[in-house]
Amino acid sequence: MLNFLSELMIPLMVLFIVLYGINKKINVYDAFVNGSVESFKMILTIFPCILAMILGINIFLQSGILTGVLNLIRPFLLSLKVPVEIIPMALMRPISGNATLAILNNLLLEYGPDSLIGRLGSVIQGSTETTFYVLTLYFGSVGIKRIRHAMWTGLAVDLIGIISSIIIVLLFFGS
Amino acid sequence: MVNRIWSAFIIIGILFTLLTGQLELINKIILESTKSTFDLTVQIFPVIALWLGIMNIAQVSGLLKKISELISPYLGKLFPGIPKGHEALSLIASNIVINMFGLGNAATPFGLKAMQSLQELNDKKETASDSMVTFLIINTSGVTLIPTTVISMRMMYGSNHPTEIVLACILATVISSLSGIIIDYIIRKGGKGA
Repeated sequence: MLNFLSELMIPLMVLFIVLYGINKKINVYDAFVNGSVESFKMILTIFPCILAMILGINIFLQSGILTGVLNLIRPFLLSLKVPVEIIPMALMRPISGNATLAILNNLLLEYGPDSLIGRLGSVIQGSTETTFYVLTLYFGSVGIKRIRHAMWTGLAVDLIGIISSIIIVLLFFGS
Repeated sequence: MVNRIWSAFIIIGILFTLLTGQLELINKIILESTKSTFDLTVQIFPVIALWLGIMNIAQVSGLLKKISELISPYLGKLFPGIPKGHEALSLIASNIVINMFGLGNAATPFGLKAMQSLQELNDKKETASDSMVTFLIINTSGVTLIPTTVISMRMMYGSNHPTEIVLACILATVISSLSGIIIDYIIRKGGKGA
């Protein structure tokens, strides 16, 4: 049902916009083409931001330093009853969407989608966003250099989202 | 801020691989970044072109303006810096609504366009305006009502109830989005009082 609604969204939106345009007697074809041509400019502006971001993120993530840090804080997390299997995904979530999806994929494969870990991973994935990617891309695309409190607030919100996910899943599905 | 985090990522990452003797790995990572960037760009380019086209129909026909006027009384409260009925509002609303339906790829062009529109209203072109920060905090808190990717992955792995996590997702996202809005509000008020 929910999936169906989601699948209906794009076709209905496109249909509505085109019908609205025709109703207002504008040339919808020309409007589409003229709008679409702007994508070249947009992609040229965001390309360097994406390259810089992927370079920084890949060096950091693939160096293996997160695994090292995780091993250091593992005893502390275990004492808080946090399911540690989920931590790599939680750490990765704000930084890289692809890496998070890959981890979730492994979790679902290993523990099954209806296990506690599988559900927790699903909820974290479904309720958070790749903060670092969004901020770099959106601010970079209009040349903003000073982003004020956006980064720290964004990361704090991710942390709140992940902690709430853990608590909610334990409440809903725990034991 | 991005500057500092970016340098930290690179310095920490390279030093860590050097100290742990993974010389070959770090060479590979640096060079393959270009390929990943190219792949990602090739993936999103046509999506952006498609939605900028559709969006322009909505703009030329006056639909964007119409929606902005309709939602100004509500969304305007979150974004006091945007004049009533300004197109930035409907671009922001489109981005948030499309994100709610879990269609992240389609939402991005609307978000980027919203940023352009906010930048026109911005006095200091290199500093983020209040509206930009609020918009991105809402965006990065991940307002998703229907997490399509997760549901399809759960189906793929044979879950008995692929959609059972939806309510939990909504709760978590509401909590994080609200805290984001509150934190942002407090910081802004604090900044002005000082």
